[in-house]
Amino acid sequence: MLNLSARRRRKLFPYLILGPGLLWLIVFFAIPLANQAYVSLQTGDPESGYTFTWAFNTYPDAISTYSDQFLRSFAYAGVATVICFVIGFPLAYFIAFKAGRWRNVMLLLVVVPFFVSYVLRTVSWQLILNDNGWVVARLRDIGVLAPDGRLLATNVAVIAGIAYNFLPFMTLPLYVSLEKIDRRLIEAATDLYASRATAFRRVTLPLALPGIFAGSLLTFIPAVGDFINAALLGTPNQYMIGNVIQSRFLNILDYPTAAALSFVLMAVILVGILAYARVLGTRSLTEAAV
Amino acid sequence: MSAAAAGGPRTTADRIRAVGLGLWAALAVLYLFIPIFIVVLFSFNDNKGRFNFTWQGFTLKHWQDPLADADLATALQNSLVIAGITVLIAVVLGTFIAIALVRYGFRGRGAVDLFIFVPLATPEVVLGAALLALFLTLNVNTGFTTIVIAHVMFSISYVVVTVRARLEGMDKFIEEAAMDLGATEWTTFRKITIPMIAPGIASAALLVAALSIDDYVITSFNAGQTQTFPLFIFGATRQGVPPEVNVLATMLLAVVLVLMGVGVMVQRRAARRERPGSAVPKPGAVPSAATS
Repeated sequence: MLNLSARRRRKLFPYLILGPGLLWLIVFFAIPLANQAYVSLQTGDPESGYTFTWAFNTYPDAISTYSDQFLRSFAYAGVATVICFVIGFPLAYFIAFKAGRWRNVMLLLVVVPFFVSYVLRTVSWQLILNDNGWVVARLRDIGVLAPDGRLLATNVAVIAGIAYNFLPFMTLPLYVSLEKIDRRLIEAATDLYASRATAFRRVTLPLALPGIFAGSLLTFIPAVGDFINAALLGTPNQYMIGNVIQSRFLNILDYPTAAALSFVLMAVILVGILAYARVLGTRSLTEAAV
Repeated sequence: MSAAAAGGPRTTADRIRAVGLGLWAALAVLYLFIPIFIVVLFSFNDNKGRFNFTWQGFTLKHWQDPLADADLATALQNSLVIAGITVLIAVVLGTFIAIALVRYGFRGRGAVDLFIFVPLATPEVVLGAALLALFLTLNVNTGFTTIVIAHVMFSISYVVVTVRARLEGMDKFIEEAAMDLGATEWTTFRKITIPMIAPGIASAALLVAALSIDDYVITSFNAGQTQTFPLFIFGATRQGVPPEVNVLATMLLAVVLVLMGVGVMVQRRAARRERPGSAVPKPGAVPSAATS
Protein backbone atom coordinates (compact mmCIF):
# COMPACT_ATOMS: atom_id res chain seq x y z
CA MET A 1 0.00 0.00 0.00
CA LEU A 2 2.81 2.34 0.89
CA ASN A 3 4.33 1.48 -2.44
CA LEU A 4 1.20 2.43 -4.33
CA SER A 5 0.88 5.79 -2.63
CA ALA A 6 4.52 6.49 -3.38
CA ARG A 7 3.91 5.68 -7.02
CA ARG A 8 0.87 7.89 -7.11
CA ARG A 9 2.84 10.68 -5.53
CA ARG A 10 5.51 10.25 -8.14
CA LYS A 11 2.90 10.56 -10.85
CA LEU A 12 1.38 13.68 -9.35
CA PHE A 13 4.71 15.34 -8.66
CA PRO A 14 5.26 16.90 -12.13
CA TYR A 15 1.80 18.47 -12.04
CA LEU A 16 2.43 19.81 -8.56
CA ILE A 17 5.65 21.57 -9.48
CA LEU A 18 4.28 22.68 -12.84
CA GLY A 19 1.07 24.11 -11.41
CA PRO A 20 1.97 27.46 -9.87
CA GLY A 21 4.00 28.76 -12.82
CA LEU A 22 1.51 27.53 -15.34
CA LEU A 23 -1.33 29.11 -13.40
CA TRP A 24 0.49 32.45 -13.44
CA LEU A 25 0.86 32.27 -17.22
CA ILE A 26 -2.75 31.24 -17.69
CA VAL A 27 -4.14 34.04 -15.53
CA PHE A 28 -1.81 36.81 -16.69
CA PHE A 29 -1.04 35.76 -20.25
CA ALA A 30 -3.68 33.45 -21.74
CA ILE A 31 -6.76 35.00 -20.13
CA PRO A 32 -5.66 38.56 -21.02
CA LEU A 33 -5.28 37.47 -24.64
CA ALA A 34 -8.76 35.94 -24.64
CA ASN A 35 -10.09 39.07 -22.97
CA GLN A 36 -8.31 41.10 -25.65
CA ALA A 37 -10.25 39.19 -28.31
CA TYR A 38 -13.44 40.07 -26.46
CA VAL A 39 -12.48 43.75 -26.20
CA SER A 40 -11.61 43.92 -29.90
CA LEU A 41 -15.23 43.08 -30.79
CA GLN A 42 -16.70 45.85 -28.67
CA THR A 43 -18.06 49.18 -29.88
CA GLY A 44 -18.60 52.46 -28.08
CA ASP A 45 -16.54 55.47 -27.05
CA PRO A 46 -14.33 56.40 -24.09
CA GLU A 47 -17.02 58.54 -22.40
CA SER A 48 -19.98 56.18 -22.40
CA GLY A 49 -17.95 52.98 -22.30
CA TYR A 50 -17.74 49.99 -24.62
CA THR A 51 -20.18 47.12 -25.10
CA PHE A 52 -19.72 43.80 -26.80
CA THR A 53 -21.40 43.74 -30.20
CA TRP A 54 -19.49 41.22 -32.34
CA ALA A 55 -18.02 44.22 -34.15
CA PHE A 56 -15.81 42.32 -36.58
CA ASN A 57 -15.53 45.37 -38.80
CA THR A 58 -13.05 46.84 -36.30
CA TYR A 59 -10.44 44.54 -37.85
CA PRO A 60 -10.62 45.62 -41.51
CA ASP A 61 -11.09 49.22 -40.38
CA ALA A 62 -8.01 49.12 -38.17
CA ILE A 63 -5.92 47.39 -40.81
CA SER A 64 -6.82 49.83 -43.58
CA THR A 65 -6.40 52.88 -41.34
CA TYR A 66 -2.99 51.80 -40.13
CA SER A 67 -1.68 49.85 -43.11
CA ASP A 68 1.20 52.36 -43.46
CA GLN A 69 2.35 51.75 -39.90
CA PHE A 70 2.00 48.01 -40.33
CA LEU A 71 4.05 47.93 -43.51
CA ARG A 72 6.61 50.26 -41.99
CA SER A 73 6.97 48.05 -38.90
CA PHE A 74 7.69 44.97 -40.96
CA ALA A 75 10.01 46.85 -43.32
CA TYR A 76 12.00 48.45 -40.49
CA ALA A 77 12.23 45.21 -38.55
CA GLY A 78 13.22 43.26 -41.67
CA VAL A 79 15.97 45.67 -42.67
CA ALA A 80 17.22 45.89 -39.09
CA THR A 81 17.33 42.08 -38.85
CA VAL A 82 19.41 41.87 -42.03
CA ILE A 83 21.78 44.56 -40.72
CA CYS A 84 22.11 42.69 -37.43
CA PHE A 85 22.96 39.52 -39.32
CA VAL A 86 25.57 41.22 -41.47
CA ILE A 87 27.24 42.75 -38.41
CA GLY A 88 26.57 39.88 -36.03
CA PHE A 89 27.55 36.84 -38.07
CA PRO A 90 31.24 37.73 -38.56
CA LEU A 91 31.36 38.85 -34.94
CA ALA A 92 29.91 35.56 -33.70
CA TYR A 93 32.18 33.63 -36.08
CA PHE A 94 35.23 35.44 -34.76
CA ILE A 95 34.26 34.80 -31.14
CA ALA A 96 33.53 31.13 -31.78
CA PHE A 97 36.56 30.25 -33.92
CA LYS A 98 39.27 32.87 -33.55
CA ALA A 99 39.00 34.59 -30.19
CA GLY A 100 40.84 31.85 -28.27
CA ARG A 101 41.24 32.73 -24.63
CA TRP A 102 39.45 36.04 -25.16
CA ARG A 103 36.27 34.24 -26.06
CA ASN A 104 34.47 34.71 -22.75
CA VAL A 105 35.61 38.30 -22.42
CA MET A 106 34.26 39.09 -25.88
CA LEU A 107 30.96 37.39 -25.07
CA LEU A 108 30.66 39.55 -21.98
CA LEU A 109 31.38 42.64 -24.06
CA VAL A 110 28.49 41.69 -26.34
CA VAL A 111 26.04 41.52 -23.42
CA VAL A 112 27.31 44.61 -21.56
CA PRO A 113 24.93 46.96 -23.43
CA PHE A 114 22.04 45.05 -21.84
CA PHE A 115 23.08 46.54 -18.53
CA VAL A 116 22.64 50.11 -19.63
CA SER A 117 18.97 50.98 -19.82
CA TYR A 118 17.43 50.42 -23.25
CA VAL A 119 15.73 53.82 -23.16
CA LEU A 120 18.98 55.49 -22.14
CA ARG A 121 20.94 53.81 -24.95
CA THR A 122 18.38 55.13 -27.40
CA VAL A 123 18.57 58.61 -25.84
CA SER A 124 22.33 58.28 -26.35
CA TRP A 125 21.79 57.72 -30.08
CA GLN A 126 19.57 60.78 -30.08
CA LEU A 127 22.58 62.72 -28.84
CA ILE A 128 24.98 61.11 -31.34
CA LEU A 129 22.72 61.72 -34.35
CA ASN A 130 21.71 65.20 -33.16
CA ASP A 131 21.55 67.96 -35.84
CA ASN A 132 24.31 69.93 -34.09
CA GLY A 133 26.40 66.87 -33.36
CA TRP A 134 29.78 65.76 -34.66
CA VAL A 135 28.43 62.96 -36.85
CA VAL A 136 25.97 65.11 -38.78
CA ALA A 137 28.62 67.85 -39.20
CA ARG A 138 31.17 65.38 -40.68
CA LEU A 139 28.57 63.79 -42.98
CA ARG A 140 27.65 67.26 -44.23
CA ASP A 141 31.36 68.05 -44.77
CA ILE A 142 31.93 65.06 -46.99
CA GLY A 143 28.67 65.56 -48.82
CA VAL A 144 26.82 62.45 -47.73
CA LEU A 145 24.21 64.71 -46.18
CA ALA A 146 22.98 67.94 -47.74
CA PRO A 147 24.05 71.12 -45.85
CA ASP A 148 20.66 71.10 -44.10
CA GLY A 149 20.33 67.31 -44.09
CA ARG A 150 19.58 65.51 -40.86
CA LEU A 151 19.78 62.04 -39.43
CA LEU A 152 17.31 62.34 -36.57
CA ALA A 153 13.69 62.03 -37.62
CA THR A 154 14.57 59.86 -40.64
CA ASN A 155 14.04 56.19 -41.46
CA VAL A 156 17.81 55.75 -41.23
CA ALA A 157 17.91 56.84 -37.60
CA VAL A 158 15.04 54.60 -36.52
CA ILE A 159 16.38 51.53 -38.35
CA ALA A 160 19.90 52.17 -37.01
CA GLY A 161 18.49 52.45 -33.50
CA ILE A 162 16.58 49.18 -33.80
CA ALA A 163 19.56 47.38 -35.33
CA TYR A 164 21.78 48.64 -32.54
CA ASN A 165 19.44 47.66 -29.74
CA PHE A 166 18.88 44.12 -30.97
CA LEU A 167 22.38 43.24 -32.21
CA PRO A 168 23.20 41.10 -29.13
CA PHE A 169 19.98 39.11 -29.64
CA MET A 170 21.28 38.15 -33.08
CA THR A 171 24.91 37.60 -32.11
CA LEU A 172 24.45 35.29 -29.13
CA PRO A 173 22.35 32.52 -30.76
CA LEU A 174 24.65 32.67 -33.80
CA TYR A 175 27.61 32.20 -31.49
CA VAL A 176 25.97 29.26 -29.71
CA SER A 177 25.31 27.34 -32.90
CA LEU A 178 28.70 28.16 -34.45
CA GLU A 179 30.49 27.13 -31.28
CA LYS A 180 28.79 23.71 -31.37
CA ILE A 181 30.09 22.89 -34.87
CA ASP A 182 32.61 20.07 -34.94
CA ARG A 183 35.56 21.69 -36.64
CA ARG A 184 36.74 18.39 -38.03
CA LEU A 185 33.78 18.55 -40.42
CA ILE A 186 35.14 21.76 -41.91
CA GLU A 187 38.63 20.28 -42.06
CA ALA A 188 37.27 17.20 -43.76
CA ALA A 189 35.63 19.37 -46.40
CA THR A 190 38.82 21.29 -47.15
CA ASP A 191 40.86 18.08 -47.11
CA LEU A 192 38.52 16.78 -49.77
CA TYR A 193 39.44 19.78 -51.91
CA ALA A 194 36.51 22.01 -51.14
CA SER A 195 37.65 25.62 -51.28
CA ARG A 196 37.32 27.64 -48.09
CA ALA A 197 34.31 29.39 -49.58
CA THR A 198 32.63 26.12 -50.55
CA ALA A 199 33.30 24.58 -47.15
CA PHE A 200 31.78 27.64 -45.53
CA ARG A 201 28.74 27.60 -47.78
CA ARG A 202 28.13 23.84 -47.71
CA VAL A 203 29.20 22.94 -44.16
CA THR A 204 29.45 25.88 -41.75
CA LEU A 205 26.39 27.78 -42.88
CA PRO A 206 23.96 24.81 -42.86
CA LEU A 207 25.17 23.78 -39.42
CA ALA A 208 24.64 27.33 -38.18
CA LEU A 209 21.02 27.39 -39.39
CA PRO A 210 19.44 26.87 -35.94
CA GLY A 211 21.34 29.92 -34.71
CA ILE A 212 20.36 31.94 -37.75
CA PHE A 213 16.74 30.97 -37.17
CA ALA A 214 16.77 31.78 -33.45
CA GLY A 215 18.79 34.96 -33.91
CA SER A 216 16.61 36.40 -36.63
CA LEU A 217 13.42 35.66 -34.68
CA LEU A 218 14.82 37.08 -31.45
CA THR A 219 15.69 40.23 -33.41
CA PHE A 220 12.65 40.49 -35.65
CA ILE A 221 9.87 39.84 -33.12
CA PRO A 222 10.78 42.53 -30.60
CA ALA A 223 11.76 44.88 -33.44
CA VAL A 224 8.37 44.64 -35.12
CA GLY A 225 6.54 45.63 -31.94
CA ASP A 226 9.07 48.24 -30.85
CA PHE A 227 8.00 51.83 -30.42
CA ILE A 228 10.80 53.37 -28.40
CA ASN A 229 13.18 53.88 -31.32
CA ALA A 230 10.48 55.44 -33.48
CA ALA A 231 9.33 57.64 -30.59
CA LEU A 232 12.81 58.89 -29.67
CA LEU A 233 14.64 58.89 -33.01
CA GLY A 234 11.76 59.49 -35.42
CA THR A 235 8.68 61.63 -35.93
CA PRO A 236 5.06 60.55 -36.48
CA ASN A 237 6.18 59.88 -40.07
CA GLN A 238 8.34 57.05 -38.74
CA TYR A 239 5.80 55.69 -36.28
CA MET A 240 5.39 51.95 -36.19
CA ILE A 241 2.42 49.82 -35.22
CA GLY A 242 3.67 49.72 -31.62
CA ASN A 243 3.34 53.50 -31.39
CA VAL A 244 -0.22 53.27 -32.68
CA ILE A 245 -1.23 50.52 -30.25
CA GLN A 246 0.31 52.42 -27.37
CA SER A 247 -1.36 55.73 -28.14
CA ARG A 248 -4.73 54.16 -29.02
CA PHE A 249 -4.62 52.37 -25.72
CA LEU A 250 -3.10 54.86 -23.31
CA ASN A 251 -3.94 58.27 -24.78
CA ILE A 252 -7.05 57.91 -26.90
CA LEU A 253 -8.58 55.07 -24.83
CA ASP A 254 -9.79 53.43 -28.04
CA TYR A 255 -9.47 49.93 -26.62
CA PRO A 256 -11.19 47.93 -29.39
CA THR A 257 -8.91 49.29 -32.11
CA ALA A 258 -5.80 48.77 -29.98
CA ALA A 259 -6.89 45.22 -29.18
CA ALA A 260 -7.64 44.44 -32.83
CA LEU A 261 -4.25 45.80 -33.91
CA SER A 262 -2.47 43.72 -31.25
CA PHE A 263 -4.22 40.63 -32.49
CA VAL A 264 -3.38 41.22 -36.11
CA LEU A 265 0.25 41.86 -35.18
CA MET A 266 0.44 38.68 -33.16
CA ALA A 267 -1.28 36.59 -35.83
CA VAL A 268 1.04 37.83 -38.57
CA ILE A 269 4.08 37.06 -36.41
CA LEU A 270 2.91 33.54 -35.54
CA VAL A 271 2.15 32.73 -39.17
CA GLY A 272 5.51 34.19 -40.12
CA ILE A 273 7.32 32.02 -37.58
CA LEU A 274 5.63 28.87 -38.84
CA ALA A 275 6.44 29.67 -42.46
CA TYR A 276 10.01 30.57 -41.58
CA ALA A 277 10.43 27.39 -39.55
CA ARG A 278 9.28 25.38 -42.54
CA VAL A 279 11.67 27.16 -44.89
CA LEU A 280 14.65 26.61 -42.59
CA GLY A 281 13.48 23.17 -41.49
CA THR A 282 13.73 23.89 -37.79
CA ARG A 283 11.02 22.57 -35.56
CA SER A 284 10.79 25.17 -32.84
CA LEU A 285 12.46 28.28 -31.62
CA THR A 286 13.09 26.93 -28.15
CA GLU A 287 14.85 23.97 -29.66
CA ALA A 288 17.04 26.26 -31.71
CA ALA A 289 17.76 28.61 -28.83
CA VAL A 290 18.87 25.76 -26.60
CA MET B 1 45.12 26.89 -53.00
CA SER B 2 43.28 26.05 -49.87
CA ALA B 3 44.87 22.68 -49.36
CA ALA B 4 46.10 24.07 -46.06
CA ALA B 5 44.09 22.61 -43.23
CA ALA B 6 41.60 24.90 -41.56
CA GLY B 7 43.99 25.28 -38.67
CA GLY B 8 45.31 28.79 -39.08
CA PRO B 9 46.14 31.41 -41.66
CA ARG B 10 48.74 30.17 -44.14
CA THR B 11 48.52 32.00 -47.44
CA THR B 12 48.37 35.75 -47.89
CA ALA B 13 44.70 35.55 -48.80
CA ASP B 14 44.02 33.62 -45.61
CA ARG B 15 45.92 36.16 -43.58
CA ILE B 16 44.00 39.05 -45.14
CA ARG B 17 40.77 37.23 -44.45
CA ALA B 18 41.72 36.64 -40.81
CA VAL B 19 42.74 40.27 -40.30
CA GLY B 20 39.55 41.46 -41.99
CA LEU B 21 37.43 39.26 -39.76
CA GLY B 22 39.21 40.47 -36.62
CA LEU B 23 38.81 44.07 -37.71
CA TRP B 24 35.10 43.56 -38.38
CA ALA B 25 34.62 41.98 -34.95
CA ALA B 26 36.49 44.85 -33.29
CA LEU B 27 34.38 47.43 -35.12
CA ALA B 28 31.19 45.60 -34.16
CA VAL B 29 32.15 45.65 -30.49
CA LEU B 30 33.10 49.32 -30.82
CA TYR B 31 29.67 50.01 -32.34
CA LEU B 32 28.05 48.31 -29.34
CA PHE B 33 30.04 50.52 -27.01
CA ILE B 34 29.76 53.97 -28.60
CA PRO B 35 26.41 54.91 -26.99
CA ILE B 36 27.54 53.43 -23.67
CA PHE B 37 30.70 55.50 -23.80
CA ILE B 38 28.55 58.57 -24.45
CA VAL B 39 26.31 57.75 -21.48
CA VAL B 40 29.32 57.50 -19.18
CA LEU B 41 31.04 60.56 -20.64
CA PHE B 42 28.00 62.81 -20.26
CA SER B 43 27.69 61.95 -16.58
CA PHE B 44 30.72 64.26 -16.27
CA ASN B 45 29.30 67.01 -18.47
CA ASP B 46 29.04 70.47 -16.93
CA ASN B 47 25.76 71.12 -18.74
CA LYS B 48 24.13 74.55 -18.73
CA GLY B 49 20.37 74.53 -18.96
CA ARG B 50 18.17 71.48 -18.97
CA PHE B 51 19.55 69.59 -21.93
CA ASN B 52 22.59 67.38 -21.67
CA PHE B 53 23.27 67.16 -25.41
CA THR B 54 26.52 69.02 -26.00
CA TRP B 55 29.83 68.74 -24.20
CA GLN B 56 30.44 71.82 -22.06
CA GLY B 57 33.32 70.84 -19.83
CA PHE B 58 34.25 68.36 -17.16
CA THR B 59 32.60 68.33 -13.75
CA LEU B 60 32.07 65.91 -10.90
CA LYS B 61 29.06 67.78 -9.53
CA HIS B 62 26.49 65.26 -10.74
CA TRP B 63 28.39 62.49 -8.99
CA GLN B 64 28.21 64.18 -5.60
CA ASP B 65 24.53 63.57 -4.99
CA PRO B 66 23.01 61.57 -7.87
CA LEU B 67 19.89 60.81 -5.86
CA ALA B 68 19.10 64.46 -5.06
CA ASP B 69 16.04 64.36 -7.33
CA ALA B 70 13.44 62.63 -5.16
CA ASP B 71 11.45 61.38 -8.17
CA LEU B 72 14.54 59.83 -9.70
CA ALA B 73 15.50 58.21 -6.39
CA THR B 74 12.02 56.74 -6.00
CA ALA B 75 12.01 55.49 -9.58
CA LEU B 76 15.35 53.74 -9.17
CA GLN B 77 14.33 52.26 -5.84
CA ASN B 78 11.10 50.95 -7.37
CA SER B 79 13.01 49.37 -10.23
CA LEU B 80 15.43 47.60 -7.91
CA VAL B 81 12.72 46.34 -5.54
CA ILE B 82 10.51 45.20 -8.44
CA ALA B 83 13.46 43.38 -10.00
CA GLY B 84 14.23 41.65 -6.69
CA ILE B 85 10.67 40.43 -6.15
CA THR B 86 10.35 39.43 -9.82
CA VAL B 87 13.54 37.36 -9.68
CA LEU B 88 12.37 35.53 -6.58
CA ILE B 89 8.96 34.61 -7.95
CA ALA B 90 9.86 34.00 -11.60
CA VAL B 91 12.95 31.91 -10.88
CA VAL B 92 11.07 29.59 -8.52
CA LEU B 93 8.06 29.17 -10.82
CA GLY B 94 10.15 28.83 -13.99
CA THR B 95 12.66 26.38 -12.50
CA PHE B 96 9.86 24.06 -11.40
CA ILE B 97 8.33 24.14 -14.87
CA ALA B 98 11.71 23.40 -16.46
CA ILE B 99 12.29 20.43 -14.16
CA ALA B 100 8.84 19.02 -14.85
CA LEU B 101 9.37 19.39 -18.60
CA VAL B 102 12.78 17.77 -18.73
CA ARG B 103 12.60 15.17 -15.99
CA TYR B 104 9.04 13.88 -16.15
CA GLY B 105 6.99 12.41 -18.91
CA PHE B 106 3.43 13.50 -18.25
CA ARG B 107 0.28 13.95 -20.18
CA GLY B 108 0.09 17.31 -21.94
CA ARG B 109 3.83 17.91 -21.95
CA GLY B 110 3.93 18.97 -25.59
CA ALA B 111 1.12 21.45 -25.04
CA VAL B 112 2.86 22.95 -22.01
CA ASP B 113 6.06 23.20 -24.02
CA LEU B 114 4.30 25.16 -26.74
CA PHE B 115 2.44 27.31 -24.24
CA ILE B 116 5.71 28.34 -22.59
CA PHE B 117 7.11 29.35 -25.96
CA VAL B 118 4.22 31.61 -27.06
CA PRO B 119 4.98 34.53 -24.68
CA LEU B 120 8.53 34.63 -26.09
CA ALA B 121 7.09 35.04 -29.58
CA THR B 122 4.62 37.74 -28.59
CA PRO B 123 5.69 41.37 -28.98
CA GLU B 124 5.93 43.22 -25.69
CA VAL B 125 3.40 45.81 -26.77
CA VAL B 126 0.81 43.05 -27.16
CA LEU B 127 1.64 41.51 -23.78
CA GLY B 128 1.42 44.90 -22.07
CA ALA B 129 -1.80 45.97 -23.74
CA ALA B 130 -3.54 42.65 -23.13
CA LEU B 131 -2.66 42.65 -19.45
CA LEU B 132 -3.83 46.22 -19.01
CA ALA B 133 -7.10 45.39 -20.75
CA LEU B 134 -7.65 42.64 -18.19
CA PHE B 135 -6.90 44.97 -15.29
CA LEU B 136 -9.30 47.55 -16.73
CA THR B 137 -12.02 44.95 -17.20
CA LEU B 138 -11.60 43.77 -13.61
CA ASN B 139 -11.31 47.33 -12.30
CA VAL B 140 -7.89 46.64 -10.81
CA ASN B 141 -5.88 49.77 -10.05
CA THR B 142 -2.52 49.61 -11.80
CA GLY B 143 0.63 50.31 -9.81
CA PHE B 144 3.51 48.60 -8.08
CA THR B 145 1.78 45.21 -7.75
CA THR B 146 0.60 45.08 -11.34
CA ILE B 147 4.14 45.89 -12.53
CA VAL B 148 5.45 42.90 -10.55
CA ILE B 149 2.69 40.69 -11.96
CA ALA B 150 3.58 41.77 -15.50
CA HIS B 151 7.32 41.31 -15.01
CA VAL B 152 6.92 37.81 -13.55
CA MET B 153 4.62 36.94 -16.46
CA PHE B 154 7.15 37.81 -19.16
CA SER B 155 10.11 36.41 -17.19
CA ILE B 156 8.86 32.87 -16.54
CA SER B 157 9.46 31.63 -20.09
CA TYR B 158 13.02 32.97 -20.07
CA VAL B 159 13.72 31.12 -16.82
CA VAL B 160 12.29 27.90 -18.25
CA VAL B 161 14.44 28.11 -21.38
CA THR B 162 17.62 28.93 -19.45
CA VAL B 163 17.23 26.32 -16.71
CA ARG B 164 16.10 23.68 -19.18
CA ALA B 165 19.26 24.14 -21.23
CA ARG B 166 21.26 23.32 -18.10
CA LEU B 167 19.04 20.36 -17.15
CA GLU B 168 19.27 18.77 -20.56
CA GLY B 169 23.03 18.63 -20.33
CA MET B 170 22.82 16.82 -17.00
CA ASP B 171 23.05 13.15 -16.15
CA LYS B 172 19.65 11.82 -15.13
CA PHE B 173 21.05 8.70 -13.49
CA ILE B 174 22.35 10.54 -10.46
CA GLU B 175 18.82 11.51 -9.50
CA GLU B 176 17.57 8.02 -10.24
CA ALA B 177 20.32 6.58 -8.08
CA ALA B 178 19.28 8.81 -5.19
CA MET B 179 15.68 7.66 -5.48
CA ASP B 180 16.70 4.01 -5.79
CA LEU B 181 18.55 4.48 -2.54
CA GLY B 182 15.32 5.56 -0.88
CA ALA B 183 15.35 9.34 -1.19
CA THR B 184 11.91 10.85 -1.71
CA GLU B 185 11.13 13.08 -4.66
CA TRP B 186 11.49 16.11 -2.49
CA THR B 187 14.81 15.08 -0.94
CA THR B 188 16.26 14.18 -4.32
CA PHE B 189 15.09 17.47 -5.62
CA ARG B 190 16.57 19.48 -2.77
CA LYS B 191 19.86 17.62 -2.38
CA ILE B 192 20.65 16.57 -5.96
CA THR B 193 18.73 18.44 -8.63
CA ILE B 194 18.89 21.97 -7.25
CA PRO B 195 22.66 21.97 -6.53
CA MET B 196 23.35 20.52 -9.97
CA ILE B 197 21.36 23.13 -11.85
CA ALA B 198 22.50 26.00 -9.64
CA PRO B 199 24.56 27.65 -12.42
CA GLY B 200 21.52 27.61 -14.71
CA ILE B 201 19.39 29.13 -11.96
CA ALA B 202 22.00 31.83 -11.37
CA SER B 203 22.06 32.67 -15.08
CA ALA B 204 18.28 32.82 -15.15
CA ALA B 205 18.19 35.11 -12.10
CA LEU B 206 20.70 37.46 -13.70
CA LEU B 207 18.77 37.49 -16.96
CA VAL B 208 15.45 38.18 -15.23
CA ALA B 209 16.98 40.97 -13.13
CA ALA B 210 18.35 42.59 -16.28
CA LEU B 211 15.04 42.22 -18.16
CA SER B 212 13.02 43.58 -15.25
CA ILE B 213 15.21 46.61 -14.50
CA ASP B 214 15.30 47.46 -18.19
CA ASP B 215 11.70 46.94 -19.20
CA TYR B 216 9.91 49.97 -20.56
CA VAL B 217 7.18 48.74 -22.89
CA ILE B 218 5.16 46.36 -20.69
CA THR B 219 5.75 48.52 -17.63
CA SER B 220 4.44 51.62 -19.37
CA PHE B 221 1.08 49.91 -19.76
CA ASN B 222 0.77 48.55 -16.25
CA ALA B 223 2.49 51.16 -14.08
CA GLY B 224 -0.38 53.49 -13.24
CA GLN B 225 1.19 56.36 -11.28
CA THR B 226 4.22 54.32 -10.21
CA GLN B 227 7.55 55.35 -11.72
CA THR B 228 10.40 53.04 -12.60
CA PHE B 229 13.89 53.94 -13.81
CA PRO B 230 13.15 53.44 -17.55
CA LEU B 231 9.79 55.22 -17.24
CA PHE B 232 11.50 58.14 -15.53
CA ILE B 233 14.11 58.40 -18.31
CA PHE B 234 11.53 58.21 -21.09
CA GLY B 235 9.37 60.80 -19.35
CA ALA B 236 12.40 63.07 -18.96
CA THR B 237 13.38 62.99 -22.65
CA ARG B 238 11.10 65.89 -23.46
CA GLN B 239 12.52 68.26 -20.87
CA GLY B 240 16.03 66.85 -21.09
CA VAL B 241 17.35 63.82 -19.24
CA PRO B 242 19.20 65.00 -16.11
CA PRO B 243 22.89 63.97 -15.96
CA GLU B 244 22.19 62.23 -12.66
CA VAL B 245 20.53 59.52 -14.75
CA ASN B 246 23.85 59.01 -16.54
CA VAL B 247 25.62 58.82 -13.18
CA LEU B 248 23.26 56.15 -11.88
CA ALA B 249 23.42 54.19 -15.13
CA THR B 250 27.22 54.32 -14.98
CA MET B 251 27.18 53.07 -11.38
CA LEU B 252 24.87 50.17 -12.28
CA LEU B 253 27.11 49.29 -15.20
CA ALA B 254 30.22 49.43 -13.01
CA VAL B 255 28.68 47.04 -10.49
CA VAL B 256 27.74 44.60 -13.28
CA LEU B 257 31.20 44.82 -14.86
CA VAL B 258 32.91 44.10 -11.54
CA LEU B 259 30.62 41.10 -10.96
CA MET B 260 31.32 39.83 -14.48
CA GLY B 261 35.06 40.30 -14.05
CA VAL B 262 34.98 38.29 -10.84
CA GLY B 263 32.92 35.63 -12.62
CA VAL B 264 35.43 35.31 -15.47
CA MET B 265 38.32 35.05 -13.01
CA VAL B 266 36.58 32.38 -10.93
CA GLN B 267 35.86 30.41 -14.09
CA ARG B 268 39.43 30.68 -15.34
CA ARG B 269 40.69 29.41 -12.01
CA ALA B 270 38.16 26.57 -11.99
CA ALA B 271 39.08 25.65 -15.56
CA ARG B 272 42.77 25.57 -14.67
CA ARG B 273 42.03 23.32 -11.73
CA GLU B 274 39.91 21.01 -13.87
CA ARG B 275 42.41 20.68 -16.67
CA PRO B 276 45.93 21.38 -15.45
CA GLY B 277 48.12 23.06 -18.02
CA SER B 278 45.28 24.56 -19.97
CA ALA B 279 44.24 28.12 -19.33
CA VAL B 280 41.39 27.98 -21.81
CA PRO B 281 38.12 28.73 -20.05
CA LYS B 282 35.32 26.29 -20.39
CA PRO B 283 33.40 27.15 -23.52
CA GLY B 284 29.76 27.96 -23.11
CA ALA B 285 30.03 28.51 -19.39
CA VAL B 286 29.40 32.23 -19.45
CA PRO B 287 26.96 32.82 -22.28
CA SER B 288 24.25 30.58 -20.91
CA ALA B 289 22.76 33.62 -19.19
CA ALA B 290 22.35 35.48 -22.39
CA THR B 291 21.73 32.91 -25.07
CA SER B 292 18.12 32.39 -24.20
